[in-house]
Amino acid sequence: MLGKLTMDALPLYSPVALSGALMEVIVGVAVLGFITWYGKWRYLWSEWLTSVDHKKIGIMYIVLAMVMLLRGFFDAIMMRTQQAIAYNSPGYLPSDHFNQVFTAHGTIMIFFVAMPFLTGLINIVVPQQIGTRDVSFPFLNSLSLALTAAGAALVLASLVVGKFSTAGWSAIAPYSELKYTPGVGVDYWIWAILISGVGTTTTGINFLVTILKRRAPGMTLMRMPLFTWTALVTSVLVVFSFPALTVTAALLALDRYVGMHFFTNGHGGDMMNYANLFWIWGHPEVYIVVLPSFGVFSEVVATFSSKRVFGYHSLVYATAVIGILSFTVWLHHFFTMGEGPAVNIFFGIATMLIGIPTGVKIYDWLMTMYRGRVRLEQPMYWTLGFMVTFVIGGMSGILLAIAPVDYMMHNSVFLVAHFHNMLIPGALFGYFAGYTYWFPKAFGFKLEHKWGKRAVWAWVVGFLLAFMPLYVLGFEGMPRRMAHYATPGWQPWLIVAEVGAVVIAVGIAFQVIQLIVSIRDREALKVTNGDPWDGRTLEWATACPPAHYNFAVIPEVHDIDELAWRKQHGVVESTLAPAEAIVMPDNTSAGMIIGGLSFVLGFAMVWHIWWLAALTGLGILAALVARSSDDHGEHIVGADAERTIEGEFGMEAAE
Amino acid sequence: MTARTKKNLARTPLTIFFIGALLTLGGCSSNRFPVLFPGGPVAGTERDLLFIAVALMLIVIVPVFVMVAYFTWHYRASNTRARYMPEWASSMRVEAVMWLVPMAIVGVLSWMVFVYSHTLDPYRPIASKTPPLHVEAISLDWKWVFIYPKQHIATVNELVIPTGRPVSMKLTSDTVMNSFYIPGLVGQIYTMAGMQTRLNMLADKPAHFIGRNTNFSGRDFADQRFAVKAVPAAGFRAWVAQVKKSPKALDAATYGRLVRPGTSDAVTYSAVEPNLFYKVIAKYSPSMMKRIKKNWPADSAALPPKKSFAS
Repeated sequence: MLGKLTMDALPLYSPVALSGALMEVIVGVAVLGFITWYGKWRYLWSEWLTSVDHKKIGIMYIVLAMVMLLRGFFDAIMMRTQQAIAYNSPGYLPSDHFNQVFTAHGTIMIFFVAMPFLTGLINIVVPQQIGTRDVSFPFLNSLSLALTAAGAALVLASLVVGKFSTAGWSAIAPYSELKYTPGVGVDYWIWAILISGVGTTTTGINFLVTILKRRAPGMTLMRMPLFTWTALVTSVLVVFSFPALTVTAALLALDRYVGMHFFTNGHGGDMMNYANLFWIWGHPEVYIVVLPSFGVFSEVVATFSSKRVFGYHSLVYATAVIGILSFTVWLHHFFTMGEGPAVNIFFGIATMLIGIPTGVKIYDWLMTMYRGRVRLEQPMYWTLGFMVTFVIGGMSGILLAIAPVDYMMHNSVFLVAHFHNMLIPGALFGYFAGYTYWFPKAFGFKLEHKWGKRAVWAWVVGFLLAFMPLYVLGFEGMPRRMAHYATPGWQPWLIVAEVGAVVIAVGIAFQVIQLIVSIRDREALKVTNGDPWDGRTLEWATACPPAHYNFAVIPEVHDIDELAWRKQHGVVESTLAPAEAIVMPDNTSAGMIIGGLSFVLGFAMVWHIWWLAALTGLGILAALVARSSDDHGEHIVGADAERTIEGEFGMEAAE
Repeated sequence: MTARTKKNLARTPLTIFFIGALLTLGGCSSNRFPVLFPGGPVAGTERDLLFIAVALMLIVIVPVFVMVAYFTWHYRASNTRARYMPEWASSMRVEAVMWLVPMAIVGVLSWMVFVYSHTLDPYRPIASKTPPLHVEAISLDWKWVFIYPKQHIATVNELVIPTGRPVSMKLTSDTVMNSFYIPGLVGQIYTMAGMQTRLNMLADKPAHFIGRNTNFSGRDFADQRFAVKAVPAAGFRAWVAQVKKSPKALDAATYGRLVRPGTSDAVTYSAVEPNLFYKVIAKYSPSMMKRIKKNWPADSAALPPKKSFAS
């Protein structure tokens, strides 16, 4: 009846695992209780969960990312603590548990922090930047969110019911095969990836079409704001690369569920092909998470230098070149497989080539500051923190591209330091810059700046303390993923890294405090004119937050920095006179229903509860058919209704 | 990794500068930083490449630090005396420098990649007057078996090699994918079931190293290390003679017990199952089995150094 699911699935095997699970359950129950106590279920359901408004979907994506960031960071500090004390001792985490922790950390940070965070920013900002009222496929957008959340929920569930994978975030074969990891862990990973992967692919399609088809009149491709450009290239990368991940995970599932031999040892299985297929997705993925962040930096640097961005064309071409090259470098993830020099040379040089457009971007941002008027607001703080730390990671990346050097540094903590050096400044700092930059756009008030700046300092210093020692440890020959060790020289550096992780924890605490303080002081931090930063692009032309249809009149675009152009030429378009009826999509619960069913489907598959899997599979199909047959999905915003809404959002003050 | 390249690279002023700087800063010893103070030419050249690349990249990276600091301070909004050109957004000359300097650096680095990916190809035999010592390595959960086919001996978790004589290794795995790595002596290569990879190395002087599997492989992965001892030729001969007296032999039954998951202390075996290395590969690869049966060599070291099964 319940497949493999028995009482043994509860985490009673270790007190650490049990307390982790209890903590998760308590937090979950507390949140649900809170919502019930304040009677907010109806509001949450009708205003948020079933919403097809891209801005609300974006906010929900970012909430998901931040919740998962807390969980992923908890894993990180557990690992750092383990390694700080596990010299000649087993530490406090048994190896089996430690292995789950590093697997969960990587999986969560990539799939359920980076992906939802960037998707959230793109959702909130891109339609407003290109002057449209909505994305091309609003329901698909809601469905994407629900599927991503379902994947995240599966990873969270694995902490309480059963165990998570120990095979690393990339589920390395043949270790991830049934023979070597027979438990449910890898299956949790597979279904989390399959379900959320579908959600990500549909997001990619959605924004690719939205950006190509729904730009305001006058906005040629070469007049698109740079964040939109990076969103476009990221969408292209998603559409081309995520199917590879889905197929790879599906093949691994076939191996594990029906005894096929795609990646097994023997019987014709080929583990090298797993590495190959996984990284064909995996390397473009690096740029999927980094490019939108680069887009944020381009917007932030121009706005806070009160100047046009330098080298717009260079930045566009650099973005496109990075996008193309990202598909030509995946093999540098396994230079050490013995492919021979010719192959390694091709992929080594291709990898180095990516350094060129990336370097150009940094110089373009610096030249934007040159002869500008630099205002050190929070988003600019994140950007400066990014620039000084990111270049170090760029350097270590080029080193790893030299195959003979990679033979020494591969699989070591030097590599760990390198990719965290790319992803924390390169991706996360950019998302935080975007979060602080567009927060007033989404909520109508700014984030308090003192706590924000403290958070930046803590993150930058904490990052350096946590990861520079790992570079050193790489030279000491320390491999990644060590549950314990017997080399005395490693411990001092690992203790420094632990201190760094604690400093980052302080930074996260500052961000939480900042959010609380900002909500408390929201009246004082209120944005009255819709343009808190003296912005340059279209999203700042409307109120903060804008009406749910964004623009009463679709704007005509004249310049890359359209709003700056308008300010210069004194053009104020009346937002009060609608030229046409505004048609907006209705809310729908189909996305949430399918997302919920997908979660149950994944859970049933993990535990081999076949009847439930079949039932939920049919349910998903039925929901899709029902939704597709529904012809009444839109409403017209009348002229009168519109005036009321504009008034509500304080648009008069902006006039 | 001929003597010429070694001399070219290892003695550059740059290397001396970096090592000097490191010694001053950290008071480090070669034992603590095997990658920076290697004991053989392969790892040595790999280390030198690293230093040269860092130095080249500093050309583009130092200006970033300087400009971030200077621009942030000089062009701060409150400094109204600084020039302000809000519309200045492109300059052919600046952009040319921006694109061309990194291109030039990547050009130089690419040339290095091209040359040294060939010279440091792990499959490439090391030029030497002495014929190489053949060693076959099998990765297990969570230990290493080393077979010396010419000497007909084997060890677990202990690799003894003569100094000044190239070591030519064939590697495979009887479990998940592992990565064979001796920081301080040679870079790593994967081991995979049903396949053979190769690695060539040379120890300059007598020394002890620690070797590892670096590719995560499960429960006792962290304990999967082995001792590497580089000893002079006479010492090596003495060691072989001593191992020959060992009471244990690595026959099929003993190997069967070794394969079971678990860690192990160092063990030596005075004899070894013939062609054990190839039999392990053949377990996972029918085509390999066919090939071996057709031309089963009396001694597995006599097999011609066939091209990699991994490529």
